[in-house]
Amino acid sequence: MELSRRDFLKMAGIASAGVVVAGSAGTLLTGCTPVAKSKDGSLAGKQMAMLYVPSRHEEGCTDCTQACHLKHNVPNIADKKHEIKWIWETEFQHAFTEYMENDLLKERMKGVPYFVLCNHCANPACTRVCPTKATFKREDGVVMMDYHRCIGCRFCVAACPYGARSFNFEDPRDSLSKPVPNPNFPTRERGVVEKCNFCSELDIQGGELPYCVQACVKRKGSLEKSALIFGDLADEKSDFHNILEHLQKEEKLIPLRRKEIAGTQPKVYYLV
Amino acid sequence: MIEKALRGSKKYWLWLGFLATIAGIGVFFYVDQLWNGLGITGMSRDVSWGFYLANFTFFVGVAASGVMLVLPHYLHDQKEFGKITILGEFLAVVACGMCITFVTIDLGRPDRVVNLFLYPTPNSILFFDIVVLSGYLVINAIVGWSILDAESKGEKPRKFVKPLIYLSIPWAASIHTVTAFIYSGLAGRPFWLSAIMAPRFLATAFAAGPALLIIICLILRKTTDFDPGKVAIKKLSTIVTYATIAGFFFLLCEFFTAFYSGGAEHTATWKYLLFGEGGSGLQPYMWGVLISTMIAIALLVNPKTRARHDTLAIACVLVFFSIWIDKGLLLVIPGFIPNPLHEFTQYWPTGKELAITFGVWALGFMVLTLLYKIAISVKLEIGDHEIHH
Amino acid sequence: MYDKGKIIIGVIIFLAVFTIPFWYSQATGDADKSPYADTSKLIAEGKTCVEPADYMREHHVKLLTDWRNDVVRGADTIYTSEEYGTTFDKSLTNTCLEQCHTNKSQFCDQCHSYVGVKPNCWSCHNVVEEK
Repeated sequence: MELSRRDFLKMAGIASAGVVVAGSAGTLLTGCTPVAKSKDGSLAGKQMAMLYVPSRHEEGCTDCTQACHLKHNVPNIADKKHEIKWIWETEFQHAFTEYMENDLLKERMKGVPYFVLCNHCANPACTRVCPTKATFKREDGVVMMDYHRCIGCRFCVAACPYGARSFNFEDPRDSLSKPVPNPNFPTRERGVVEKCNFCSELDIQGGELPYCVQACVKRKGSLEKSALIFGDLADEKSDFHNILEHLQKEEKLIPLRRKEIAGTQPKVYYLV
Repeated sequence: MIEKALRGSKKYWLWLGFLATIAGIGVFFYVDQLWNGLGITGMSRDVSWGFYLANFTFFVGVAASGVMLVLPHYLHDQKEFGKITILGEFLAVVACGMCITFVTIDLGRPDRVVNLFLYPTPNSILFFDIVVLSGYLVINAIVGWSILDAESKGEKPRKFVKPLIYLSIPWAASIHTVTAFIYSGLAGRPFWLSAIMAPRFLATAFAAGPALLIIICLILRKTTDFDPGKVAIKKLSTIVTYATIAGFFFLLCEFFTAFYSGGAEHTATWKYLLFGEGGSGLQPYMWGVLISTMIAIALLVNPKTRARHDTLAIACVLVFFSIWIDKGLLLVIPGFIPNPLHEFTQYWPTGKELAITFGVWALGFMVLTLLYKIAISVKLEIGDHEIHH
Repeated sequence: MYDKGKIIIGVIIFLAVFTIPFWYSQATGDADKSPYADTSKLIAEGKTCVEPADYMREHHVKLLTDWRNDVVRGADTIYTSEEYGTTFDKSLTNTCLEQCHTNKSQFCDQCHSYVGVKPNCWSCHNVVEEK
């Protein structure tokens, strides 16, 4: 084909524009995790994290789930296909699917309940894919949901490697009591995605504990003896840090995380 | 030129009426969905994307396939495609429109769709997808319409059209690559986490799109005076042949990686699809696709059966529908089965979901019929067609 | 022009129908029934709103929208009143409704029905029981 100089220049221009776009797309795609900064910077530098010690869990107890779901008006929906759950009990091989084929481990962990919830990852897949930044990372590491902005595309549900997110297929108020269990916390609407929020409505940076942890502490007597422990991973002087040290050094537990291969850097550690 | 779509034979109006009825039923059930929520579909907490996005994925491919006519014609001067590039461009417009529709009806909060534009998020592939799809729709609409308009008046097309055409060529590849990236960038879904996802998408797109065009050309030869010409159909069939083989080869590559490496998470979904481990709902469809594709390839590779229009038509129908099922049902949905906790939740579209989906199909084909009526009327007027025997 | 009579009649009918929102309520006497929110009980208790009533009437939508973005996205939960200097928790349910405007139908709905708007806050934010 006879290519005029003009046409060649046009194509070269488009090609180089394409290279620029591709380059910036590359950095955008790999590096970008939207982080919402707090107005007064009070959340900067914090890394809220959760520990779960399965061996301390009492058989049959679901206090954490009940506390969380009650305080956050999480509906108990009859149709299991449409269920909403923020924190729930499962078995070891479902929490850690890498060990699905390990029969010895499955035998050893038989009957031991493992609680799973949103891991509030440091490098979350969900916030990377949200097209409206309706889910975003807060400065203290909590992965937040903005229910006002969510368009219900469910890309985050697809992206989450832990199955932590639930979509509201129905109006949650249809399955909640009237009045709702906790009138001081809003319900959500049909058509948005929701998940555990690390109780960010509380002053968790100031020492208030999430409701699930509170329930376990109540049952076990103290944070040191609790099966669920919460705190700031970045604060080396905190109780949380001391407990973590104790669990690793004295009780010789190792901190595992779910699906390390996903590269999400979860903030929920399982001390086994 | 729009007036050309308002004049037609009885068959033309009956066809449009039939499509309008199906579209109407779809709209009726969509209102039901707006009122009652996505709970009327078969989707669940685990399988959170279903038939709507399956069709979206497939039709992005059909939209991209327009480039298979534009590229040889404009970049390599293959004049035989001259009569039917407009058909490819209009198909791209309609397919893009259907894609945007499918995404919109899948949203939990369609009333908030404006948020996509108020809060643009470049790191989200879905955002990119909306942008490139809309752009492609606009490009093809402008290019197709202005060239057709120029032809009808016996003039040369306006100057801005050529650069737009050149732009549409890489753009076509990009829309489908971006769609593949929606799936292949998720570390939490090992079934989708494959580098070959984008090439698979493109290969199957370039098979399904031209296959549909061949079927349409054959129908047009029978129902109108417009004959795109044997050479154009022959060239299209060559494209379909190689693209189907490439797509099938890529699928076999996926099988090899999954089963030879033997990693549990990689094979779990393939075992579900092929051997029904965890639920056998989709198993017959997986095997149906494999067998249909092999039959289609056999028909297409043999030059005699590829040349004969009746066997070619069978092959194209097989290619089109098996890729529709493969890309849709056997790619989008199994990504969620098993779920990240290795639990198996089955999915099947509900009746209402199917009605809405086919309503969108009908709407798309309605617009396609109208646009093709215009295109063909122009072509017949200016004599740009083979003499029909 | 052709059909002058018919056209002029048509235009008059069109204008009449088109301007219904402006003259209907005047004609039926509904215009006099303006909404009235009885805040006498609250005033007697010595309570003041976040900002003065005129300001709130005009800006409460923007205020609430700002609050919601501040709380959800900026972790900024304390509001200082520009007029009064007092601090409040940025919460519709816990500050506005629970502490003062406990009677939603009397307070919020009156104006909203009159103006014909349906704010969608209530499908999520809980309405406190009437006292």
